[in-house]
Amino acid sequence: MTAPTRTATEAGTALRLEAVRKTYEVGGEEVVALDHADLTVGSDEIVALVGPSGSGKTTLCSIAGGLLSPTDGRVVVAGQDISGYSGKQLTEFRRESVGFVFQTVNLVPFLTARENLLVVDELGPRTGRKAKDRADQLLEELGLSDRAANLPGQLSGGQKQRVAIGRALMNEPDLVLFDEPTSALDSTLGDQVVRLIREEMKSRGTAAIIVTHDDRITHYADRTVHISDGRIEA
Amino acid sequence: MKLALRELRRRPGRFAVATVILTLIALLLMFLGGLLDGLEASSTGALRAQRADVIVYSSTSQDSLVRSRLEPAVREQVAGIVGDERVGGLGSVQLGGRLEGRGVRDLVPVVLFGYELALTGLPEEVPARGQVYADEALRAEGIEEGTTIRLGPARTPVEVIGFLDDSQYSGQGTLWGSLDTWREVLDANRPGERAGAGVVQALVVRDDPARSGDLASAIDGATDGATSSLSIDAAIEALPGVSQQRSTFNQIIGVTVLVAIVVVALFFALLTVERTSLYGVLKAVGASSGTLFAGVVLQSVVVTLIASAVGAAASVALDAAIPAGSLPFVATPSRLLTSVAVMLVAAVVGCAFSLRRVLKVEPAAAIGGAQ
Repeated sequence: MTAPTRTATEAGTALRLEAVRKTYEVGGEEVVALDHADLTVGSDEIVALVGPSGSGKTTLCSIAGGLLSPTDGRVVVAGQDISGYSGKQLTEFRRESVGFVFQTVNLVPFLTARENLLVVDELGPRTGRKAKDRADQLLEELGLSDRAANLPGQLSGGQKQRVAIGRALMNEPDLVLFDEPTSALDSTLGDQVVRLIREEMKSRGTAAIIVTHDDRITHYADRTVHISDGRIEA
Repeated sequence: MKLALRELRRRPGRFAVATVILTLIALLLMFLGGLLDGLEASSTGALRAQRADVIVYSSTSQDSLVRSRLEPAVREQVAGIVGDERVGGLGSVQLGGRLEGRGVRDLVPVVLFGYELALTGLPEEVPARGQVYADEALRAEGIEEGTTIRLGPARTPVEVIGFLDDSQYSGQGTLWGSLDTWREVLDANRPGERAGAGVVQALVVRDDPARSGDLASAIDGATDGATSSLSIDAAIEALPGVSQQRSTFNQIIGVTVLVAIVVVALFFALLTVERTSLYGVLKAVGASSGTLFAGVVLQSVVVTLIASAVGAAASVALDAAIPAGSLPFVATPSRLLTSVAVMLVAAVVGCAFSLRRVLKVEPAAAIGGAQ
């Protein structure tokens, strides 16, 4: 993959979607999941993406994170235009430039909290000691130092979500995508996790998109973007 | 890779069923191979023990030692090619042997060979008339140095003066004496098959290093087609039942390998289906399909190696536990290593069936965006 060149105008932008369209073929008919979506997220901005089920939130998030390729339009993440990337290039891009926190926590069940963070490093060219130091530092910041050697099955829901946040931050991403991060948590825990997300993102100057149904989350976001029927509402 | 190994270490129970089944398959594979080797060894030892390059039968014998007869004139023609000292006569007769202290009908089946050129494990000098070397397998019958065996209906006595290893023939223990001893026993017990002076069943020939060209063809040419000369390996193949036996066993071994492939394929396909969401997450955080598939192959190879190691250890133990001469089973290092290699190939081939499934996992599935 050629090293991306960041232009001056893109220096303060973590994500730019330009007229992004995503369609699927279902039963011989074209279904539009995302229709000419334009969105810009600043380099340390937290955007809450709100919309009803099937509105295209997940598709937008997947395209922004390089999980899906757009049918049309341009996707630029931290200066890299990933619209035309091959599967292999997208894999590398995800490994190096974005972080994900999924709705169902999805930690590797047979790895300890610390190893779940290190797995990101193990999947790519290893950095060894540097990665270990970073994992330890993240666990400490997330208040999980004493849980580093625990398997996910030995952690509470909130602790698991914090490990997932740590994993998303391991590769020092430009953009972190949160898919309904509080849906499996009670309101107190959910509130704590969202506050933690804000603190972590702001302290690092990392951009985030939080897909949510939860109105409480929008209070912690810098901006709320509504999406409906695949269109971003102004 | 590290991920795959950690899963094996931390969740061994998940792989236990596959390991047990593959261990049984490995054991079956090694047992079948060991039996084949044992049967072959007990049928072909007498020829393998020959320190010679070519064995010469009469052309009308259809390469059968029993049917073959060679006159002294033929021997002279063969000696003309490599020198007399490189040619030895060979004769055989299958008889029942009686041992002192055993019942009249409690016979030990033996093949008495008359020979001239020393075999592997025997001194250059051929034993005196009435004396023989015995195959180690006959020790199981209580035969020792000094034992007198009375051969055939004539009860011709021969005295055992030593032993040699791995020289069985037609699944029977062998006795090795001079051509005179053989003629004497044959005359007394099989008068219809009597061999005249200088007549032998076959000739074993050592090639002359100074000579060039194919020895077997040179001999058959020199005898004007009166002989059929075979290399020792070809003569072993020509033994009745040897190649058929091998092909039957190899077919059973082939089916066993297919079963191993199916077991690996099914087990890891199921495991891959179970891991679909985990693979989705790992792909989302940057794992390539290649890395994930390599992990599957690695797990399959490790499980198969463990199964093969247990199978090999059990085969060696079985080999040691079986009393000599009771079951034609041998656990040779080459057979065990071949079986392990075959199992490993089955492990990799079996995994290949999971490749498509690993490739098909969409990273977007992790976030619920795959369509």
